[in-house]
Amino acid sequence: MTAALASPVPLTPARIALVGNPNCGKTALFNALTGARQKVANYAGVTVERKEGTLTTASGRRVQILDLPGTYSLRARSPDEAVTRDAVLGRLAGESPPDVVVCVADATNLRLVLRLILELKAVGRPLVLALNMYDIALRQGLKIDLEGLSKEIGAPIVTTVATRRRGIEELIAKVEAVLADLPPAPVSAWQELDAAQTKAAHRRAQGLMRAYVRPPEHPDTLTGRIDSVLLHPIWGMGLLLALLFVMFQAVFTGAAPAMDLIDQGFGQLAAMVSASPPEGLLRGLVADGVIAGVGSVLVFLPQILILFLFIIMLEDSGYMARAAFLMDKIMGGAGLHGRAFIPLLSSFACAIPGIMSTRVIDNRRDRLTTILIAPLMTCSARIPVYTLIIGAVVPQKTLWGFISLQGLVMFGLYAAGIFSALGVSYVMRRVFWRGVSEPFMMELPTYKAPDPVNVLRSLWMRGKIFVQRAGRVILPLMIVVWFLSTFPSAPVGASGPGINYSFAGMIGHALAPIFAPIGFNWQMTVALIPGMAAREVAVAALGTVYAVGGSAATSLAATLHQSWSLASGLAFLAWYVFAPQCVATLAVVRRETNSWRWPIIMFAYMLALAYGAAFIVYQTAVALGAG
Amino acid sequence: MNAPLSPADLEPQPGLRVRLRDARLGDRGVIVDVQAEADGLDHGVDADELQRRLLEFGFVEGARIEVIHEGGIGHDPIAVKLDDMRIALRRRDAGDVMIQLDAA
Ligand SMILES: Nc1nc2c(ncn2[C@@H]2O[C@H](COP(=O)(O)OP(=O)(O)OP(=O)(O)O)[C@@H](O)[C@H]2O)c(=O)[nH]1
Ligand SMILES: [Mg+2]
Repeated sequence: MTAALASPVPLTPARIALVGNPNCGKTALFNALTGARQKVANYAGVTVERKEGTLTTASGRRVQILDLPGTYSLRARSPDEAVTRDAVLGRLAGESPPDVVVCVADATNLRLVLRLILELKAVGRPLVLALNMYDIALRQGLKIDLEGLSKEIGAPIVTTVATRRRGIEELIAKVEAVLADLPPAPVSAWQELDAAQTKAAHRRAQGLMRAYVRPPEHPDTLTGRIDSVLLHPIWGMGLLLALLFVMFQAVFTGAAPAMDLIDQGFGQLAAMVSASPPEGLLRGLVADGVIAGVGSVLVFLPQILILFLFIIMLEDSGYMARAAFLMDKIMGGAGLHGRAFIPLLSSFACAIPGIMSTRVIDNRRDRLTTILIAPLMTCSARIPVYTLIIGAVVPQKTLWGFISLQGLVMFGLYAAGIFSALGVSYVMRRVFWRGVSEPFMMELPTYKAPDPVNVLRSLWMRGKIFVQRAGRVILPLMIVVWFLSTFPSAPVGASGPGINYSFAGMIGHALAPIFAPIGFNWQMTVALIPGMAAREVAVAALGTVYAVGGSAATSLAATLHQSWSLASGLAFLAWYVFAPQCVATLAVVRRETNSWRWPIIMFAYMLALAYGAAFIVYQTAVALGAG
Repeated sequence: MNAPLSPADLEPQPGLRVRLRDARLGDRGVIVDVQAEADGLDHGVDADELQRRLLEFGFVEGARIEVIHEGGIGHDPIAVKLDDMRIALRRRDAGDVMIQLDAA
């Protein structure tokens, strides 16, 4: 410490890496140290990339902190573990190994991390051990001989509670002390361990456990009791389905009051703008382009928030791994790797984080299969499309007194996405990539009550992303759509609405023959094009196109109700189960697979499925008299 | 640094030896061996790699193990309590873990 104070503050910041088993609280600690807001959740494999942050110590020293994916050994098997290995060993181009490795450990689950520590020691970097989740350890009455253990492993130990920011100052102080007299550049003696060496290392770790850790006085029994219900072969599955069902019902019905309020707000705003002089292009742009377009998407904020509330609670409680356990047999039957479940479930929020989290899958084919089907899971951007169309064409009825028919259709659309994902995977694994998936082992974390602060913060972030997208992506696009549907204006003496003569009208009418067999009118066709940017933009585009077309007075749903047949509405829904229209997703696939081949394949197969499904639905519905 | 492991820990105890693959719900015991045996099944990786993965997850000689849950279809996958951890895995990948069951 004193040495650090005496010496001048170095110019290049010291570099610290957080390393440890999955789910031990590295990211929570990273957030506490740097003030960052990286995602924290109660399952293994949340962090799949390296994240950097900085902190300034009390003595004014700048320290760069690196948060890394969790791992059980440095012998990386999957892309995320390779990130950790390369960072620790300084193998990345232009990067030296970290000055200090902070090994983060779940104090209640030390055996595997002790073995990892033995491996980290071979790397030759100074080590500090952060015994995290110390609150739980104390509650369980776990006794750890900190001094003895610290001597034995040759590293200072700090106890921390990352989520409550306890022990953070001490950790920084200990790291600084180590930084004050760094050993000369290391010669890494690390080598991949073979089976015999791994066994030997385990025996040493076991020995350390015996010598320095006394088993807890009140071991956690709650997790076992909860699991005996949630993982019950029959009840467990029933509860999982019930949970998903409640989630989609809540998304559909629970949000209605808030949505009506927002809708009315925008309605009044539009009315105010329309009533205000001067009449002209600017007023049209604001009323039809901005309010009718962007507003029609913002209405869905409550639904998005409800969906994310469910997902965040599931992620934070520890249920995700259980759901993966329950679904494993079905997933395996479809040729999916067991670790594909969590990426797929994250794709309910958005396919992009879902696709990124496939990095936890070691085998390339398993990973590609998961990437290719991830966009079939119903992402939250589809919610506006589904809700709008369902509201417009499906009657508002209640079945058996408590299930809303509209909610049921919504559930059906989610189910269609899931089953088609399983089907596509099955075909891919049978036809193109034969062979079984790699072994799958997964830790089932201890249940934790979701942290309200964390839940609210994540929810806030989600809401912010949604609103920002409306501003950054949808708003400029809607101005373009408004422009295209307003100009050129109708020739003098023309009959019918002016939009028919605009660029949008021309494009829509030109493409109409292609989409006629699936029952899309030209307005729907036009909406598909800006929908490429993001799926919910299609809703905004419909809002603008119909508003310019002169039906601003009624709500968009009411307009659609009048101008779409049931068959067309259902075909549009079927299209959007598959619609490959999200440029950002395709870009991420390109980045993650490092080639254009996979995004092109993805686009082509989803487009084919979308057209096929819409065709079948439309023709069937027409045949049944719903045309 | 090498705290010795008392030989008594590895001494065979009375009771049955089973492979984890064949263990039943509620079975508990101590892991006595983790092998790298080619069992004719396709695991997607070779036997040595499978063994190392099992080892890295903590399936090592001397660890206490109990089968605590199993799936509804074909009793698969299984969840085991391995010392203080709970781990889920598929039966077909668990053939190399030998367990000495506790004497009833
Ligand atoms: N009670 C308690 N919970 C904690 C503590 N630190 C983290 N958690 C919780 O532990 C879970 C895992 O935390 P993360 O920070 O996501 O763990 P991680 O090590 O980054 O996980 P991966 O990125 O998957 O390797 C979350 O549910 C946290 O809220 C702690 O000190 N005490
Ligand atoms: Mg993390």
